[in-house]
Amino acid sequence: MTGYIIRRLIALLLVMLAVSAIVFFLMNAVPGGPFSLGERGYTPDALANLERKYGLDKPVTERYINFLISAVQLDFGNSFAVAGSPPVTAVILRTWPVTLHIGLYTIIVSFGFGLVMGTFAAYHRNSWVDNLITFLATLGITLPNFIIATFLLIIFGFQAGWGEDQKRWIIGPLIPGGSAILSWDYFLPVITYALAPLALVARYTRSSVSDALGADYVRTARAKGLSDFTIMFRHVLRNAAIPMVTVLLPQIPNLLTGSLFIEVVYGIPGLGKFFVTSIFNRDYPMIMGLVLLVAFFWGITYLITDILYTLIDPRVRL
Amino acid sequence: MEANPTVPPTRLTPPTAPVVRRTLLGDAIRRFRRNRLAMVGLVILIAFLLVGVLADVISPYRYDQVFFTKRASMLPLVDPTHPLGLDNSSRDYLSRLIYGARTSLTVGMLVPLIAFAIGMPLGMLSGFRGGWVDFTIQRLVDIATAIPPLLFALFLLSVVGSGVGNVIFVLAITTWIEPLRLTRAQFLAYREKEFVTAARALGASDWQIVFNHILPNVLSPLLVAFTFAIPLAIFAEAGLSFLGIGITEPTASWGKMVGSGIGNTIRVYYHLALFPTLLVALTVLGFSFVGDGLQEALDPNRSN
Repeated sequence: MTGYIIRRLIALLLVMLAVSAIVFFLMNAVPGGPFSLGERGYTPDALANLERKYGLDKPVTERYINFLISAVQLDFGNSFAVAGSPPVTAVILRTWPVTLHIGLYTIIVSFGFGLVMGTFAAYHRNSWVDNLITFLATLGITLPNFIIATFLLIIFGFQAGWGEDQKRWIIGPLIPGGSAILSWDYFLPVITYALAPLALVARYTRSSVSDALGADYVRTARAKGLSDFTIMFRHVLRNAAIPMVTVLLPQIPNLLTGSLFIEVVYGIPGLGKFFVTSIFNRDYPMIMGLVLLVAFFWGITYLITDILYTLIDPRVRL
Repeated sequence: MEANPTVPPTRLTPPTAPVVRRTLLGDAIRRFRRNRLAMVGLVILIAFLLVGVLADVISPYRYDQVFFTKRASMLPLVDPTHPLGLDNSSRDYLSRLIYGARTSLTVGMLVPLIAFAIGMPLGMLSGFRGGWVDFTIQRLVDIATAIPPLLFALFLLSVVGSGVGNVIFVLAITTWIEPLRLTRAQFLAYREKEFVTAARALGASDWQIVFNHILPNVLSPLLVAFTFAIPLAIFAEAGLSFLGIGITEPTASWGKMVGSGIGNTIRVYYHLALFPTLLVALTVLGFSFVGDGLQEALDPNRSN
């Protein structure tokens, strides 16, 4: 097991190395740069000075090697585009907690409700409850979240005046000056964000639980006279969890790195918007930081998924 | 011993009803047609497809025609010559919605088509061959999944520029992993089945095994995945256009219309965002219904 994890972590490092090389050389091969874009009107001298200041006058290979050396020490350089050019790590540390909060609540809401709804639908298969839940789950994946976000904002933010209410229920920040742990501000974004994964979780739970309910071991358990409760929790859910883990766990890195659309519509000061602005601004250090963050996160999630298999299903060996 | 009187004597005569020849495909079609939701979805999709194809004929105006008349209003049902009013740039809104169907469906169909054309052969190769081919392709997949798709799409779009063709290309480039994974998993599962071993024992070549024996079995989950990939492509186009980097003006796209409808005027002219929203929702709903129907029709084990 330990050997397996170490091998996987080495593989993850190699993937991150490959990804960083591909992205670094691709973005530098594209015509234009952070200071030549748009109508900034730099004179050739000023441009040359700026490029020298940010080290952009050196050959790409040398810059990549320098980047790697500092990236190993978790220093991704200073942002070109964010005001005051703070270090990329500082920008991520400042904005990611906001996104993380929304992502965590979204996971709790979508996985919690989705699992319960899916199990319930599978247990009462083909009844009106099942049809209602299936219908709701289909609706949840029918609308892009930026559209849902906009309409919720119009209905609750403008019409009901939630945006202007100053006396909101807030649990203060853990760190002084940090973002609040829990407040009404999270309500609309989380609801919006949770709908699609909730629908997905409910659908997959329903199908894998109803597959498991039809299995022979469930009939055996019934014949032994076990209670419905025992059958559900000891036999069905445990077996149904195997296919669910494959599909549902990879949703988590997406949810935790944030949705750009939701952050744009609700004006959330999170990490998501940098996925767009950094590309538009050719903010090379920021792009690299984000890409490596996401790559790391994905790799770790897949590793955890594979380890979870062995815990849920003793037949699986790594 | 006397025969049991309750058994009718005619029991052993052959049925008089004509023998229906049952084929796998015929069964699937019958199951699909019995599924009411799937048929509703199919009708919606055919209607939208017709609207998209016949946009030039049925649309009252062209999508880029600008009107500077006194009577023109952005509100619907005011001016009978423009039943849904005009948009922010004084173009007939109904015409733009009609042409938007063409854009959305073109993107929705072509993106998965290209993505499957890339992903399926690689997945077949990877799953059937195994060994170093599989290893290489899987490492490629590892790298491709590690790059955030939206970031990559934005990056590519900033390089190749916006427009329908480029959006299709970029979305296909960022979505070929899923068909690859699915095809590989299916081929891995079928490679070791008895009928494949039997075919091999009979001297079938690799090509025959892949195309005559495994592929027909694998097609139905792939078809279902294809149906579900279409709404995702429509979403992605709508999202990119919403951000203002997908489809360029003056081409009409539902996603772009939502994006521009969401501006400052939304409290008064909310229909500008509402109508395309409903159309996107209906299209996606149609594809999900058809996808669910296909899944149940093609996989008899799943049906109740």
